[in-house]
Amino acid sequence: MKPSPLRIHRPTTIDETLDLLSEHAASGKVLAGGQSLVPVLNMRLAAPSDLIDITAVSGLDELSVAGAEGRAEITVGATVTHRQVERSEEVAVANPILGEALSFVAHPAIRNRGTTVGSIAHADPNGEIPMILALTGGRVEVRSTRGQRTLSAEELNIGPLETSLESDELITRATFPALPAGSRAGFDELARRSGDYGLAGVGMILDVEGATVKGLHCGFISVTDVPEVLNLGEAVSGAHLRDASEVADTVVDAVRDFIDPGGDIHATADYRRHLTGVITSRLFRRLCRTDSAQGRNTDSRMTGTDTERRRV
Amino acid sequence: MTTRLFGQKITRREDPRLLTGHGRYVDDVSGSAIAAAFVRSPHAHADILDIDVTGALDVAGVIAVWTHEDLPGHAAERLPMLIPNPSIVAPHTGYALAKDHVNFVGEPIVMVVAENRYIAEDAANLIDVEYNFCDPVVGVEQAREGSRIVHEGMEDNVAAHIVQNVGDVDSGLDSAPHVLELDLEFERSACMPMEGKGVVATWDPGEGSLEVYSSTQTSTGLRAVLAAKLEIPLTKVEVITPDVGGAFGVKINHPWPEELAVACAARALEATVKWTEDRREHFISSAHERAQTQWVKVGFDDEGRIHGLDVKFWHDNGAYLPYGVIVPLNTSTHIMGPYVIPSFRVEYWSLYTNTVMVTPYRGAGRAHAVFMMERTMDAIAAELGLDRAEVRLRNFVREFPHPMGLRMQDGAEGCIDSGDFVTSLDKLKALVGWDEFESYREQARSEGRQVGIGLACYIESTGAGPYEGGHIEVESSGRVNVWTGLTTHGQAHATVFAQIVADELGVPIDSVQVNTGDTRKLPYSVGTWGSRGAVMAGNALHLTAKKVREKALRIAGESLEADPDDLEIVEGLVQVKGDVSASMPLAAVSVLSNPLRYAFDESARAATAFARESPADEPSIKPGEQPGLEEQEFFSPLRSTVANGMHAAIVETDPETADIKILRYCVIHDCGPMVNPLVVEGQVHGGVAQGVGGALYEKMAYDTDGQLLNASFMDFLMPFASEIPHIETDHLETPSPLNPLGIKGAGEAGTIPTASAIASAIEDAEGIPIRSMPLDPSTLWHMRAAHAEGDVARSH
Amino acid sequence: MTEAIGTEPTSTIRLTVNDTLHALEVPDRKLLSDVLRQDLGLTGTHVGCEHGVCGSCTVQLDGEPVRSCLMFAVTAQGHEVKTVEGVGNDPENPSDVQQAFIDCHGLQCGFCTPGFVTTIDAYIDENPKPTEEEAREAVSGNLCRCTGYQNIVAAVQRAAELRAEGARQ
Repeated sequence: MKPSPLRIHRPTTIDETLDLLSEHAASGKVLAGGQSLVPVLNMRLAAPSDLIDITAVSGLDELSVAGAEGRAEITVGATVTHRQVERSEEVAVANPILGEALSFVAHPAIRNRGTTVGSIAHADPNGEIPMILALTGGRVEVRSTRGQRTLSAEELNIGPLETSLESDELITRATFPALPAGSRAGFDELARRSGDYGLAGVGMILDVEGATVKGLHCGFISVTDVPEVLNLGEAVSGAHLRDASEVADTVVDAVRDFIDPGGDIHATADYRRHLTGVITSRLFRRLCRTDSAQGRNTDSRMTGTDTERRRV
Repeated sequence: MTTRLFGQKITRREDPRLLTGHGRYVDDVSGSAIAAAFVRSPHAHADILDIDVTGALDVAGVIAVWTHEDLPGHAAERLPMLIPNPSIVAPHTGYALAKDHVNFVGEPIVMVVAENRYIAEDAANLIDVEYNFCDPVVGVEQAREGSRIVHEGMEDNVAAHIVQNVGDVDSGLDSAPHVLELDLEFERSACMPMEGKGVVATWDPGEGSLEVYSSTQTSTGLRAVLAAKLEIPLTKVEVITPDVGGAFGVKINHPWPEELAVACAARALEATVKWTEDRREHFISSAHERAQTQWVKVGFDDEGRIHGLDVKFWHDNGAYLPYGVIVPLNTSTHIMGPYVIPSFRVEYWSLYTNTVMVTPYRGAGRAHAVFMMERTMDAIAAELGLDRAEVRLRNFVREFPHPMGLRMQDGAEGCIDSGDFVTSLDKLKALVGWDEFESYREQARSEGRQVGIGLACYIESTGAGPYEGGHIEVESSGRVNVWTGLTTHGQAHATVFAQIVADELGVPIDSVQVNTGDTRKLPYSVGTWGSRGAVMAGNALHLTAKKVREKALRIAGESLEADPDDLEIVEGLVQVKGDVSASMPLAAVSVLSNPLRYAFDESARAATAFARESPADEPSIKPGEQPGLEEQEFFSPLRSTVANGMHAAIVETDPETADIKILRYCVIHDCGPMVNPLVVEGQVHGGVAQGVGGALYEKMAYDTDGQLLNASFMDFLMPFASEIPHIETDHLETPSPLNPLGIKGAGEAGTIPTASAIASAIEDAEGIPIRSMPLDPSTLWHMRAAHAEGDVARSH
Repeated sequence: MTEAIGTEPTSTIRLTVNDTLHALEVPDRKLLSDVLRQDLGLTGTHVGCEHGVCGSCTVQLDGEPVRSCLMFAVTAQGHEVKTVEGVGNDPENPSDVQQAFIDCHGLQCGFCTPGFVTTIDAYIDENPKPTEEEAREAVSGNLCRCTGYQNIVAAVQRAAELRAEGARQ
């Protein structure tokens, strides 16, 4: 298990990077943390001739939260690691669901090197981050020698492990809007082992005004081909928080109807559909229960009555 | 007297070296050696029509490309059937490099040797093999059904078939008021040590000799087979097993195709050639274990006492049978477990399939046996409405020795030599809180939680012969060098054998250096497998140390003018019992034992103070003696010792997600007196962890084409720390009468009953019969649905 | 692919490992794990899976545990690499984490152990007083096939104690 021959380029500026990408568009690949790419190279499932290592490029390491309250945005540069995002207090305040989901991404040693933007570019429907980008209405800034464009998650993700990026394009940064005031957000997944891709996972943003539900958006991992967002605003709007149990059934039915899981050696499609419903139900009830302003789960990070991280 | 080290929790003497990066594993040897990589079959069953290697030959850095045609003499013949058995009706083994056919995905076809592994893999990728596809046989059902045949010339896929009887099972079943039948299944897993296999072979053209480093579990066996296959004198081959990164059985088969091919290449190229197995290779071309389909018919009375047990099982042995039928044989001989079964019949078929071959994995077939018996015990309890522990208690063997009436893997009649099952069960029930569980269940139920408790009992034949040896030398420095032919892969041999030797020789443990798995010093050994290391080599070294001690006392007696019987050795000093003033260091005895004319060091000079004038009419070395304070001794037992144990598990199953969580795991273990309880506990912990893997996570998932779908750590779910429960242990130490130290093996114990105990607990939590392991949440969820619909068959 | 063979791209790199700067000529595709083991002779770093799951090859990069099998040596330039030998290479004088493993019987075959040692060495700085559950979580990214993890979990807590004692002295 050794990679095929390849040349590694180590540009230090964005312009240099874009030139290299343009030059090697045919069989070049961007290398950042490499935590998804290098296993594929070691197994020789891919054999690019050139890797453009962006980790030494200046200007791609921005991690910031800026903007007026209620309209703040988190900017994550292309070389920022999962761990940096996960450890950021500012991020946790602005968009707690991002850090919550990140803690499910593999293990710390992988998150120390893997980048958040890299996960987005990898576009794995089992991955937590592409879904969170979609769910929170985020976007990416994309550059090439031909110019710059901004893509929403919906525009970016076109299939499993497939994006609308051209081969000479680089995602320079991702932007995650802060959660609006009054919203409550949470993420949960069930995996066979800690750190594995979830058999199913759900991210949820619940808009609440006083004790009344105003809106609900759900995103999923491992049970849809691309990170699609399900808007259940109509189904739940106007419900009182204390009626969560009754509303939950409606939500679960809608979710099970919406997703399109496949079966594999770890779980059947039917089980994944069922499981997504269970996670949805638990997460929804949890969010209706929590009382902190942005839905941070103060009693437990997990669903249901359990006090510890659960795994299937 | 010094404190006896036997039985002490001595921290491991190998640890500081291994922890600071000074371990030396096979891939650490000869870092710059040229490297081999293999082209392996991507198809499960095919004829090879043509191999085109021209692309590979053009790659810069490629040194040689070998196909079967390039293998010389005996090396081109089929690999040996290592352990023949009369039950084997169709022995088939593979070649070092495939000849004309391939029978599983991963079978080696071409070897590329290049400057380094990167280039070797580049070249291997450029080799074209043309195939004619055949229908693959995958799984027990397809093999048994027999419309597709793995090996040409056979009419079915039966590799081996045997029936063994104890008493008359038909009348046993007839006499029983109750009869139950169970269909059971056990899936494939694998040893999966963290270090794959590896070999580094060096040919010395001047000497005409081969030196091989291998991560094998039997350096002596590998040496013999390489000498035979390369057709060179045994004295021209040496095999050294350095540190080994875990084995668990998979490294006992020999020679692996790669070991032979690499040795051939080393000789042909007059070079050092290295092959280090990577993880993907390990998944698809080493060995697996465990798939069996089983049928049990049991007759019992109103009290739950078994009258007769009739068993058939079908064992998937993969494409080849180089290690014989050890796995199904062990299954067949361990089914009766710790119970008195008045009549018993076992019949098995070992079947070829187009998948990776099956050789022993920790427990070696015994986990399957326990699964049959313990699922049966639970079924009897359920049928009669009796407590599951009580049913077991009523059937226990209570008198020892207890002849089993079956021929075991060592060829001897099996016999449970020792144990106290009643006490073990008492201890287990106390440890897990068996009798208090119903109140816990009620409490959990009130919280909306669903819990269950289960148990499993087992016996394990350990410490099989035929023999093992020890070699001890006391240097003139006082340092004690110890050799065992056994290889070592985590069992703390450097510590436990030092304890045994230091006790007998009366020296500080720090002066004892243990060497393992090196045929240059001790070419007689059988290997490390079957929980035999401590029993066999431990006793051999105990006997060897006794001989060294006797010689030391005799020599010291002459110098000190004392009767050897009046002497003792304390802290490396030979002294008259109770009289410290009359003493000499063991180091000095070593000097005296070897009447060299050269005083080469301090202790040699010091020893002259003790040298007695030899009588003029006696030679320096008396007839029948050898120079040096050095002895070799062997231990060969009558039969295997039989260890035993009992496990209990408490699980919680999520009513909605069908998630299975082990809340508690308790072990009672009886391996006789423990040389080092720290090490025994470590062995039990590791065994249980592998058992948990086999119960809930690990499974080799083949598709119908014979492709292994989960050949990576991403998809083969070996448990992390987060998946393994805290393990609670207690011990019973009933000594074995079969060896001087009274010890029984401990290496495999933890793994054997784990899947059964967990199945028992899940069944208790769910109220659904559990007949197949491993069990994952998705499967359990579907079983619930089927059970709810009254579909008992689908719920296994 | 054929074109590249024989004209394998190589680079001259400067790599800081265990506080020593090395100048090396390596193929661009050579993994950090292989360069550590083969070019620098630091064979304490073990290769168990080459797809980033097992953790045997874990080293510290600027103080944080990473998989050396998922990095090209070329890209480790400009970083400080610390291997198990850098944590402690003297069997007579093991580091606190290494001593904790001895005390707790935290290893058997020793193959995965260096990856645990480098992981835990960094972890107990981050969390100087882990609970048993935290200790278990901390080592849950590394596979061990021998120990059943229980004694490794104990070693995490023991190592934290030893480090605290060391800091007090």
